[in-house]
Amino acid sequence: MQQVKNIFKKELKDYFTSPIAYIVITIFLLVTGWFFFMTFFLNNQANLRNYYGLLPFTFAFVIPAITMRLFSEEMSIGSYEILLTMPVTFSDIILGKFLAGTAFVAAMLLPTLSYPITISFVGQLDLGPVIGGYTGAVLLGASYTAIGLFASSLTRNQIVAFIIGLLICFFLTLIDKMLLFFPGSIVKVIGYIGADYHFQNISKGIVDTRDILYFASLIFLGLYGTALVMAEKK
Amino acid sequence: MIHIEGLTKYYNDFCAVDHISLDIRKGEIIGLLGPNGAGKTTTLRMLTGYFHPSSGSIRVKDFSVAENPLEVKKCIGYLPESAPLYHNMIVYDYLAYVADVWGFAEEGRISRIRKLSDLCGLQDIMHKTIGELSKGLKQRVGIAHAMMSDPEILILDEPTSGLDPNQIVEIRKIIKEIGKEKTIILSTHILSEAEATCDRIIIINKGKIVADGSTETIKRSQDTGNTINLSLKHGVFDTVDEKIKNIQGIKDVKRKPSDSEDILNIAVSCSNNMDLREDVYNVIKNNPWIILEFYQESTSLENIFRNLTMEN
Repeated sequence: MQQVKNIFKKELKDYFTSPIAYIVITIFLLVTGWFFFMTFFLNNQANLRNYYGLLPFTFAFVIPAITMRLFSEEMSIGSYEILLTMPVTFSDIILGKFLAGTAFVAAMLLPTLSYPITISFVGQLDLGPVIGGYTGAVLLGASYTAIGLFASSLTRNQIVAFIIGLLICFFLTLIDKMLLFFPGSIVKVIGYIGADYHFQNISKGIVDTRDILYFASLIFLGLYGTALVMAEKK
Repeated sequence: MIHIEGLTKYYNDFCAVDHISLDIRKGEIIGLLGPNGAGKTTTLRMLTGYFHPSSGSIRVKDFSVAENPLEVKKCIGYLPESAPLYHNMIVYDYLAYVADVWGFAEEGRISRIRKLSDLCGLQDIMHKTIGELSKGLKQRVGIAHAMMSDPEILILDEPTSGLDPNQIVEIRKIIKEIGKEKTIILSTHILSEAEATCDRIIIINKGKIVADGSTETIKRSQDTGNTINLSLKHGVFDTVDEKIKNIQGIKDVKRKPSDSEDILNIAVSCSNNMDLREDVYNVIKNNPWIILEFYQESTSLENIFRNLTMEN
């Protein structure tokens, strides 16, 4: 556990010492802020539904950009070899990096707390969806981070890692919007695969074990896949 | 200390390391020599547990690399080729991170880093970003990294490649210093370096060990005798050749290219490490030749290396 903490600390520090982190955060805040407030006063409703509606899409873009370097960079500069010959296990490395990525996503979400705070000044804000929404956002962010981590472990090229991560996250975000194209018998299964569907459930303030379980299994799959890729590389 | 048996590594169909067996004793400084692609790095990587061998076993002290990788990692300090460190980190931060991973407590950490910075001469660059360092300095940080846990075995993959002559001397000095107490395995393709720093040399070619022993034993086992190089003025090859060949123990006289017609360059090879300089001199003295150059070469490691690793 101590080793997970060491790696977590190092990775998180790395994020905040490189300019990329701040660029990504800025882009994220600009995009979400713009789209949220563009229609906010037209709707004239004191809720965050617009913001949550867009979040899976922005995450699908932004998170692979955050996670792309986690393994790819190590492999391309060769420090991966050093990392693996230090007294750490695969799971220490994977968990450390995953938690650092998730913590970064959480840090990115932090400034958006100003939205519900400002809204609470202009109207009656229902706290349930806000809490649910942020819980869901962290879960969704963690799932996409796990997927991005997996994509990063596949290649030493950060751009390729980004694109692979983007494709998987985008697929998960969009799949439940395309149910029209699937035969009726599997629509339910396909619908269940969609990350957006589960996120929207939670963001309504309904915390259902099925949704939690969905995100937990996504995270598990991403991390397990990463471990398999790492083992294969030996 | 280290016991390697039947170590083999395949990359798909390509056999990079082919049934290597080896025993390394405590306190040895070992030079792993070989042309590029001979399997040096692969062997070292398997030793550190970074690669799984296709077959064969490695035991470090009492631990098997395959079964107890964590224990093995604890007795090995490893520096990969060209010191691939995190280039966006500050030297101090990096060493502090490595110390954390090795489980140093707060106070122990600082004194350890101070000790390593003295050993490797890092005092002036502690606050610099690793990416901005010259290759030699980076290599020194890498050695400090590998020494962090005070390991019993230090593995260095081409520690001096790409360095300038001054830096090479510095790194060698550090290696010698460390080698007083530790077992060191270093790979290199600079032969003079292996000769200068290592107690024992292992030459690998195409994944197989082709020579193993001290520089002296390897030279003796690959006997090709001494060579006397001569540069003579007013010498005619045929007569010189005839007169020198009369000396007992001379194997061959070869003509070497020369700048002017008047000057004759030859290489005289002697058999079995005999020192025939006196006899050669006496022959020259009795003839109207003027010596411009006269020096003896013992078979160099370079020649042995070429003989052992060249095709056919």
